[in-house]
Amino acid sequence: MDSRARALALIAGFLVLGLVPVVAALTHQPFYLDLFRRIMIFAIAAVSLDLILGFGGMVSFGHAAYLGIGAYAVAIPAFYGIDNGIVQWTLALGLSGLAALLIGAVSLRTSGVSFIMITLAFAQMLYYLGISINAWGADDGMRLARRSQFGPVVDLANPYVFYYVVFGLLVLLLWLGHRLIHARFGMVIRAVRSNEPRMQAVGFATFRYKLAAFALAGAVCGLAGALLANQTEYLTPSYMHWTRSGDIMVMVILGGMGTLFGPVLGAVAFLLLEDLLSAWTVHWQVALGPLLVLVVLYARRGLYGLLPGGGPHG
Amino acid sequence: MAEPLLAVRGLRKRFGGLVATDGVDLDVAEGETLAIIGPNGAGKTTLIGQLAGDLRPDSGAIQFAGADVTAMSASARSHRGLARSFQITSIFRDFSALDNVALAVQAHAGHSFRFWRPARAEARLREPARAILEQVGLAGRADVVAGTLAHGEQRQLEIAMALATRPRLLLLDEPVAGMGLDESQRMVQLLRALRGRHTLVLVEHDMDVVWALADRISVLVYGRVIATGVPEAIRLNAEVRRAYLGGEVPA
Repeated sequence: MDSRARALALIAGFLVLGLVPVVAALTHQPFYLDLFRRIMIFAIAAVSLDLILGFGGMVSFGHAAYLGIGAYAVAIPAFYGIDNGIVQWTLALGLSGLAALLIGAVSLRTSGVSFIMITLAFAQMLYYLGISINAWGADDGMRLARRSQFGPVVDLANPYVFYYVVFGLLVLLLWLGHRLIHARFGMVIRAVRSNEPRMQAVGFATFRYKLAAFALAGAVCGLAGALLANQTEYLTPSYMHWTRSGDIMVMVILGGMGTLFGPVLGAVAFLLLEDLLSAWTVHWQVALGPLLVLVVLYARRGLYGLLPGGGPHG
Repeated sequence: MAEPLLAVRGLRKRFGGLVATDGVDLDVAEGETLAIIGPNGAGKTTLIGQLAGDLRPDSGAIQFAGADVTAMSASARSHRGLARSFQITSIFRDFSALDNVALAVQAHAGHSFRFWRPARAEARLREPARAILEQVGLAGRADVVAGTLAHGEQRQLEIAMALATRPRLLLLDEPVAGMGLDESQRMVQLLRALRGRHTLVLVEHDMDVVWALADRISVLVYGRVIATGVPEAIRLNAEVRRAYLGGEVPA
């Protein structure tokens, strides 16, 4: 009964997301297309972080690094005239996954506060690398001459097409994520969060599973970065700044850690609040802070937990 | 005696100035139940930690099932047939009892880089897990969230998880700690059923449990084994009596 109500609420939510372009077209407000596309891109990033943060218990404070790598993987080839989308997005997935594999291989040897700090340090290293490379725009960044090219049918220059590409990717990610967290691999990373010494005692070499999850999350966030570069048609190292990692983490916590749909809700809430409140004051986060405190104190599973039947994820 | 299943030689571990394990030698034969007893602070937990692979000894060697496992991780030892229960209950609290045991089965049923098929639909994991829950008397509690089980049931669940790894040797760290009389008796019955079929190494404070189960007893005092023998010999050993608070007979 509860789970049916929750399913209905989620389906309704996705219908709304799917209908945004129609409403935007009817009301001649293309701005909403832009806003909700941006929301879904950050939702993809937040879902990828939740895989390691919420399900795996790995508090990575450097997730924006992969967002940046994905954006660079689009912008640098484009700068040299390679605007084939398959090439760019494959690079985004591969390079950010590889970076996460290397960063994870070092970071996952620590835990707790050390892990938080070391992931933060790696991300900041990449950020400073970004602002110091003059050929690729340094801290000014650089404009993307064209969005990623996928042939005449899937033309990202068309805002509606681009919207449904992002929408499709988000739905695909949630579906794959749902399979993953209930498969053997997902059971392992969730049990590691629950009790890692116990996992080792029953015979799991936990490190390799954590590392795989970390790399996978990095790769998916890299894809979000590729989408973000296309969204803004601009590359800036600030995509990798630590405050950006913080934003993504807030989306996950606000929406509900350890749930698949929570981070999507978190991204919607965070970016809508930003949009509404920043028109009113640049210090809009003054309002976000108390909200976050309330959610953490009173909603165990974030906004997702407030949905009917939105209890712990089986 | 045939080659022992577990052979510990000259095991030593110090923490700063404290020598927690001071040259321990132990032999455990296949099929026997060895109880390790000793007063608080004797180094029982440190010893178990080294046997299970959580702690590295400073020196000495641990042979298990014909291989030197001294430098092996806990998970590698599990795959050689060594299983353990923890002194402080260690389970996956937010998973069902059946999930807990199925995870232990999963650890020994091929790799877990499988991303597609729901693990809860794998009969290969669930069926053995159900059978083991039945064996430890938790069949009716399979779908209960483990963290909400009664304390005694959680300890039974720990034994089930250890059994699910199909161990040759079970290391049991105070299996009846914190239990009431009823729960404790049920646990002794369970362990008695395992005796003989599995090799057991039991660290225990409760001497009733030790007398009920042990084939042999080793007495650990200040990191040293001061006596090893059949229960009757240990009961009569003068040095053991002295170690237990000025001559008070353990029983």
